[in-house]
Amino acid sequence: MNRLCFAFSIVLATCLLSVARADDKQPVDFDRDIRPILSNHCFACHGPDAEKRESGFRLDMRASAIGEAESGAHPIVPGDVAQSELVTRVFSDDDDVKMPPPELNKPLSAEQKDLLKRWVAAGAPYEKHWAFVAPRRPALPVVKDKAWPRNAIDDFILARLEREGLTPSPPAERFELLRRVTFDLTGLPPTPAEVAAFLADESPDAYGKVVQRLLDSPHFGERLAVDWLDAARFADTHGYHIDSGRDMTRWREWVIDAFNSNLPFDQFTIEQLAGDLLPNATLEQKVASGFNRNHMINFEGGAIPQEYHNAYLVDRVNTTSTVWLGLTVACSQCHDHKFDPLTQREYYQFYAFFHNVPENGLDGSRGNAAPMIKAPTREQTRELADIQTQLANLRTRLTAASPEADNAQQAWEATALREDVVNWTTLTPVAMKATGGATLASGTDQFITATGKNAATEHYVISAEVNLAEITAIRLETGVDGKLNGSGPGRSVNGNVVLTDVKLSAGDQHYPFRRATADFSQADYPVQNAVDANPSSGWAIYPEVGKPHAAVFELAKPIGGGEKVRLTIELAFDSQFAQHQPGVFRLSVTDAKQPHGDKHIPANVVTALQTESSKRTAEQSAALRSYYREQVSPEFAALRDSLTAAIARQAEIEKQIPTTMVMQEMAKPRDTFVLLRGQYDKPGEKVVAEVPAALPPLPEGAPHNRLGLAQWLVDPQHPLTSRVIVNRYWQLIFGTGLVKTVEDFGAQGEAPSHPELLDYLAVEFMSPAESNNGQAGRQAWDVKELLRLMVTSSTYRQAARVTPALVERDPENRLLARGPRMRLQAEFIRDQALAISGLLNQKIGGESVSPYQPPGLWSELASRADGKNWTAQEYTQSHGEDLYRRTMYTFWKRTSPPPQLVTFDAPDRETCTVRRARTNTPLQALILLNDPTYVEASRKLAERMLKEGDETAVDRLKFAFVLATTREPSAHELGVLQKVLARYQAKYAADRAAATALLAVGESPRDESLSEVDVASYAIAASVILNLDETVSK
Amino acid sequence: MNLYDHQQQLNRRHFFGRAASGVSLAALASLFGRGAIAGESSAPSTGTPGTLQALHFPPKAKRVIYLFMSGGPSHIDLFDYKAELKEHHGEELPASIRMGQRITGMTSGQKSFPCVYPVFDFKQHGQSGAWVSELLPHTAKIVDDIAIVKSLHTEAINHDPATTFIQTGSQQPGRPSLGAWLSYGLGCETDSLPAFIVMISQGSGNKTDQPIFSRLWGSGFIPSRHQGVRFGAGKDPVLYLSNPPGIDRADRREMLDAMAELNGATHERLGDPEIDTRIQQYEMAFKMQASVPELTDISGETQATIDMYGINDSGVDGGFARNCLLARRMAERGVRFIQLMHRGWDQHSSLPHQIRGQCKDVDQPSAALVQDLKQRGLLDDTLVLWGGEFGRTVYSQGALTKDNYGRDHHGRCFTMWMAGGGTKPGITHGETDEYCYNIVSDGVHIHDWNATILHLLGIDHERLTYRFQGRDFRLTDVEGKLVKQLLA
Repeated sequence: MNRLCFAFSIVLATCLLSVARADDKQPVDFDRDIRPILSNHCFACHGPDAEKRESGFRLDMRASAIGEAESGAHPIVPGDVAQSELVTRVFSDDDDVKMPPPELNKPLSAEQKDLLKRWVAAGAPYEKHWAFVAPRRPALPVVKDKAWPRNAIDDFILARLEREGLTPSPPAERFELLRRVTFDLTGLPPTPAEVAAFLADESPDAYGKVVQRLLDSPHFGERLAVDWLDAARFADTHGYHIDSGRDMTRWREWVIDAFNSNLPFDQFTIEQLAGDLLPNATLEQKVASGFNRNHMINFEGGAIPQEYHNAYLVDRVNTTSTVWLGLTVACSQCHDHKFDPLTQREYYQFYAFFHNVPENGLDGSRGNAAPMIKAPTREQTRELADIQTQLANLRTRLTAASPEADNAQQAWEATALREDVVNWTTLTPVAMKATGGATLASGTDQFITATGKNAATEHYVISAEVNLAEITAIRLETGVDGKLNGSGPGRSVNGNVVLTDVKLSAGDQHYPFRRATADFSQADYPVQNAVDANPSSGWAIYPEVGKPHAAVFELAKPIGGGEKVRLTIELAFDSQFAQHQPGVFRLSVTDAKQPHGDKHIPANVVTALQTESSKRTAEQSAALRSYYREQVSPEFAALRDSLTAAIARQAEIEKQIPTTMVMQEMAKPRDTFVLLRGQYDKPGEKVVAEVPAALPPLPEGAPHNRLGLAQWLVDPQHPLTSRVIVNRYWQLIFGTGLVKTVEDFGAQGEAPSHPELLDYLAVEFMSPAESNNGQAGRQAWDVKELLRLMVTSSTYRQAARVTPALVERDPENRLLARGPRMRLQAEFIRDQALAISGLLNQKIGGESVSPYQPPGLWSELASRADGKNWTAQEYTQSHGEDLYRRTMYTFWKRTSPPPQLVTFDAPDRETCTVRRARTNTPLQALILLNDPTYVEASRKLAERMLKEGDETAVDRLKFAFVLATTREPSAHELGVLQKVLARYQAKYAADRAAATALLAVGESPRDESLSEVDVASYAIAASVILNLDETVSK
Repeated sequence: MNLYDHQQQLNRRHFFGRAASGVSLAALASLFGRGAIAGESSAPSTGTPGTLQALHFPPKAKRVIYLFMSGGPSHIDLFDYKAELKEHHGEELPASIRMGQRITGMTSGQKSFPCVYPVFDFKQHGQSGAWVSELLPHTAKIVDDIAIVKSLHTEAINHDPATTFIQTGSQQPGRPSLGAWLSYGLGCETDSLPAFIVMISQGSGNKTDQPIFSRLWGSGFIPSRHQGVRFGAGKDPVLYLSNPPGIDRADRREMLDAMAELNGATHERLGDPEIDTRIQQYEMAFKMQASVPELTDISGETQATIDMYGINDSGVDGGFARNCLLARRMAERGVRFIQLMHRGWDQHSSLPHQIRGQCKDVDQPSAALVQDLKQRGLLDDTLVLWGGEFGRTVYSQGALTKDNYGRDHHGRCFTMWMAGGGTKPGITHGETDEYCYNIVSDGVHIHDWNATILHLLGIDHERLTYRFQGRDFRLTDVEGKLVKQLLA
C-alpha cells in the first residue's frame, strides 16, 4: 500500500496542470478515470467492433469483462487484483504478455495502470457513459463565498475554484466587459456612444440593459450565424474539382432571421432537418431544410454518380451527428465503432433517413442542384402581391360595361381578319458578322448559315438596306438543316436555340421593341424574353426542334420610310446553355399595322370572328370581347398599357426570384443497404431508417423519416442534443467547451470540466425553471436566454488579467478563475476595421460579395479553357458599398477560400467544422499590415481622426485608440503614438509622393478637404493602432 | 523535441537575443508560431501536442521536394516500356486483362477499347539500363540517381479523389496533406520561411487542364498553421508580403517598434502570453519580408545554373523551371516540404501532341534539380519525388488513328520516381503486365509510398498521429507498408 501511495503522489506531481483528474481524496470514478483509458488503449481490440474483437471478450461491457475469455482466464475478477488477467498484463514487462501490445503504440502511463488496479480492487464498477444518460437538474453546490455568484453558473464555477484553492478574479473594468460582450453577441466593437452611455449609466442594471440591447441588435443574428455556417459547411461553390458556383443566399438569410427572431432551438432544428416535411410547410421552412444540401456536390466528367451520391449521404450523416449528437458516427461507416456503442448497421440505418432525396449523383455544373425551389425574397413577395392586386383591378376595369366600346368592337370585327394579312420583305444582307467566331454565309432563299467555330455564346450582327413606306416589325425565321443535331435550327447538342436579345438600329438611331410573338415558345422561355431588360433570359423552342419557326418583334415606334435605310440587327445568344445559336435563319421586315398577323390572334378568337355574331356562343362572345379590349381597342389603350407593364414587371420579378436548394422526400423511398467496408458499390444487408439502439427510441408517434429524426433529437429525453448545443454556446462565449471536444461526447471525447454545470445548463435550456430571473413561463430552447445567463454571470464578468502562476496552473482557463480573453475570430477582425474606419456597410442578408483579393488566386487553380462553361472560375471583385459588407458575406469558394480568412483559422468549409483553431502566425501580421483592406481602413480612420477627433493630436489619437480598443490610452501609450505621428508628419511633409502613394490604396474616395500629409501621417498611427494585440482581441 | 529542433532552439535563442523568457521560446516552436485548437493556450509547454518528441528511425532525408504532375502522366508513353505491346497495337483489350474493372464515365460507354503502343521511341539508359521514352532525354541522363517505381496503384479513377488521395491519404476531403503532416511532425528548419511551400505552374501541353484545389496542401483537421503557403509568381510571392506604397522598410521597422512597445505594455498589464507571441510573429513577418525576396531573387545564380534548368523568360514552360530552381534554394534555406504542382497532364485526346509539350516543360528542370542538388551535396538529405495521381489506360479514348490517340485515367498501375534522401539509386521497382494494365509484382499502394516517404524522414507512419473526433488519424489511415527495396 505504501508503494502504491508513493507511486500515486508522483503522478499527482506531474499532473498538477490537469483539471479533470482524480486526486487521492477522490475515489476512482469509472466515467472520469477508467473509461478514457479503456477506450483509448483497449477498445480497439476488446471493444464494440465485433469484427476486430480479440480473445472473445470486450471491456466496454462488464458482463464480458468479468466473464471468461477464450483463454479461460478472467480479464477482471472484481475486487481481486491478483486474479485479474487485465491487471497482470497491464503491469507485465514481457512484450509477449504486456497489454496494450507494444505494436499498438499506445503504452499506459504509471498513473493509468495504477488507476486500473485501484478500480479492479474496488470491484470494477461500470457506469453507462455519462453522455448516454439523460441529464437531470443537479442541486446547486454549496459555496463559501455567498456574495460572488450572480446566477447558477457561478455556483458551479466557484465551487470548483474553491475546491482547487483558487479565487475568482475581480470584475472586469467596464470598458473591458463592454468590449467582450459586444463582440460576443454582435461580432462588432462598441461605438464611442455606446461606450460613453455605459460608462455614464450608474443604474444597477446598466449592464443588463446593454445585454438586452445587444440581444435585440440585428447583428446578433449575423454573429451567431457565423459559427453555424461553419457547422453547416456553407459555401458559395459546390466544391470538388471544377467547384462551380451555387446560391444558398436565402438559406443564410433564414439562419440570420431565425437567430434574430429567437426561433426556439428545437424548432430551429426541426425546420433545418425536415422543414419540408412539416404539415403545410411554409416557404421559409422549406428554405430552412437546405441545411443538409450545403454539402459539396460534384460533377467531374467521368465520375461515377453512385459514388458521389453516397458521399453526400455520408456527409449528411456525419454533419448531422457532429452538430446535434456530438458523436463520431462517421467512425462506423466502414466497420462497427471502435469506441462507442454504434454498429455499422446502425450507421446505415441513420443514413437511410437522408436517402430519399430526389437528387442526382453528379449535378451542379450550373448553379444550384436539384431539388431546389424558387424562393422569392421578402421584397419580391411583397411586390408580387402588389402586382396581383393591381392586375385584378385593371381587369375589372377592362371588363366594365361600355356601349361605346361595344360599338367600336363591332366595327373592328368586320375587318379584323382582313387586316391580319402581313406582307414580309426578306432581307438580303450587305454585311454579316458573328462575334463569337462563326462563319456566316448567304444560302438559298436568303437564309443565312452559320458554320465553323461554335462558341459557347454568340452574337450575329446583320446589316441590310431596305426601302419601305415604314417599318413596323422585324421577323426572325429559323430553318431546318439535317446536318445539325435534331435537324436544328440550333448548333447545340439538341438543336435548341436560346435567343437572349434582339437589337435594331438604323443609322445612329436605336429602335426598341414593344412586343414579341412567336409561333411556338418553350415553357418558361417566352419570346418576350428576347426583348426584356434581362440580357440572360431568352426565347427557346425545345422540343419543337427540326421544324421551321418564326418570331415577330414589333417596334415601339415605327421607322419612318420613303427612302432607303440601312438596318443593323443584332441577335444575341448569351444564355447559360452552350452553343444555343441557330445554324440557319433569315430576317424580314414589314410595314403592316398589325404585324403579328393571324399568329397573333388566337385560334378561338379567329373561330369566333368567322362565326356570325348571332350564332356565337356566350363563350365566343366573351372571348371576342376580352380579346378586343385587351389587345385592340384604342379606348382601352392606356389601361392595356398598364396591364402589359404590370404583367411584364411580374415576369421580370419572377425571373429574378432566386432558387435555393432544399430537401424533399421521394414518393417511393430508395432502398438502403449496409455498404461493406463503406464502399458505395458493395451493398450488403438491407436496412430501414432507425436511430441507434444505445440512444432512446424515436418518440412515440414520430414518423420514421427525417421529421421523426428531428423530433427525436430535440425530445427532452434525449441525452445528447441539449448538452451538445449548450456546450457549443459555452465555447462561443468562453472560448472552450465545458467538454473541450465539442464534436465528440463519446468515450474518446474529453470528460466535462464541470459535469454538473453542463447538465444544469442542458436541463435549463430544455425546460427552464420558472423561478429563474423571477420570470414565469419562459420558453424552452431559448438561445438568447441561454446566452444571457452566460454573459450576465460573475464568471463571465471577471477581469481577464492573469498572473504567471495562474497561467502555469491553468493555461487554458478551464477553471475560469479569470475572464475569457481571446483573439477575435477571422470575420470580426475585418468587420472591426471596417466599422471603426467608417467603411462598414451594415446591410443584413443578401448575396455574397467579393472584396479585395490578390489577382490570380482562383485562375491559377481553375481549369483554363473550359472556365466559361461554369461559374465562379474567375474572381470578379466587387466595387462600391459591396466592398465593405460584413465579412460573413464574403464569397466562399471552397477550393480557394478567402485567404484573409483561412489565415486567421477559418475552415475551408468543405466539411462540417464545430471548432476553429486559434493560431498566431506571421502571415496574419502581413495581412493586418499590408492587405489593402487594412491600409484603406487606416486611411479612412485617419480621416475620421482629423474630422471627428477634435483639434489636438492627443485628442485625435485618443479618439482612434478608444474606437479600436474601447479604452482610453495611458499617457505612455499616447506618448508612443505621438512620437509615431510626429515622425511621419515630418516624413510625408518631406516626401509628398510617398503620402500620395499611400493614400491611393483602396477604392473609397479620399476626402480632398484634408491635407495629404495629415491623412498619411495619421494613417500610419491608425495602422499601428489597428495592429495592436488589444485591437484584435476581446 | 526532435533531432533538429534542438539546434533550432539554439538558433532562435541566438536570433531573439532579448532575454528570452520561457514564454518567448515556446512561442517560437515553428515559424508559424504557437497555436492551438480553440481553447488551448499558447502557454509554455514542451511541444505541440502530438508533435514528435523524437524521430523513430535515423532520418535519411531532412526535407522533401515533390514534383507533382497533376492530371496523371501516361506511364505507358514515358517509362513503362513493353515491347510486346506492339503486337497488340490496335487489338481490343482482352477481358482477361480488364477483369471487369470499373472505368470512368468518360469511356465506360465506348464500344471499342483498342490497345495503343506508344508512338514514341524507348531506349535503355545508364548503368541501370532503365527504359525511358524519347520524350524525357534529360531524365534519361539521371536514371542512375533515381529509383523508378512502376507499380504504384490507387483506387481512385478521377482527378478530385485521386489527387486528394495521393496528397492526403484519403479520397474524401478533410484530411491533412503530406506537407502539413511533416510540418506538424517535424516543424521547420528555418525561422524565416514557412515549413511548407507550394508553387504552381501551368502545363503548356494542354490548355484545358484539370483544376486543382487548396485542400491538396491544406491542413485538414490539424491546426491551420501547418497548411502549405502558396508562393505566387507575382510581385508578392507570399500574399501581402510587400509594404504598401509610401511605407518603406525603415518605416515598417519603426512602426513595429512602436507596436512592440505598446503591446509590451499590454502584456505587462494583462499577463496574457499570447501578446508576447504576437510580438514575435510580427518580428518574423518582418524577417520574412527580407528573406522571401532574397529567396526568390535568382539574379545571383550563374548563367550555367540558369541554363541547366532551362529557365527562360518566354513563359513557355508555365514557370516550372524557375520553380525547380526556387525549390533548390528553399531546400538550401531549410524549408521542410516543397511542393511543386505542374498542371496539364490529362491527355484524354491528342496525347502525342499534348504530352510533348508537358515533357518539354518538366524534363530538363526535373533532371537539373536532381543534378544540382547532387553537385551541392544536398541530394543526400533531400528527397525528390516525381509523378501524378494515376496513370493512363492502355486502350485509346476516342478513335485510334495512325498518329493520334487519347488515354483515359488508370489507377491500377502507374509510374513515379524518387531520388535522394536515402532512396536506393539506379533501380526500377515493380512490374506490370504486357498491357501496362495490371501489376505483376511488387505493387506499391499510395499508402505504401507515403509510408516509405515518412520512413526516409525518420518517421514510423503508424506513430505520426493526430487525435480528431476521438480517433488517432494517420497519413496512411490503417494501411501502409514500408517498401524496403527502395531504401539505400
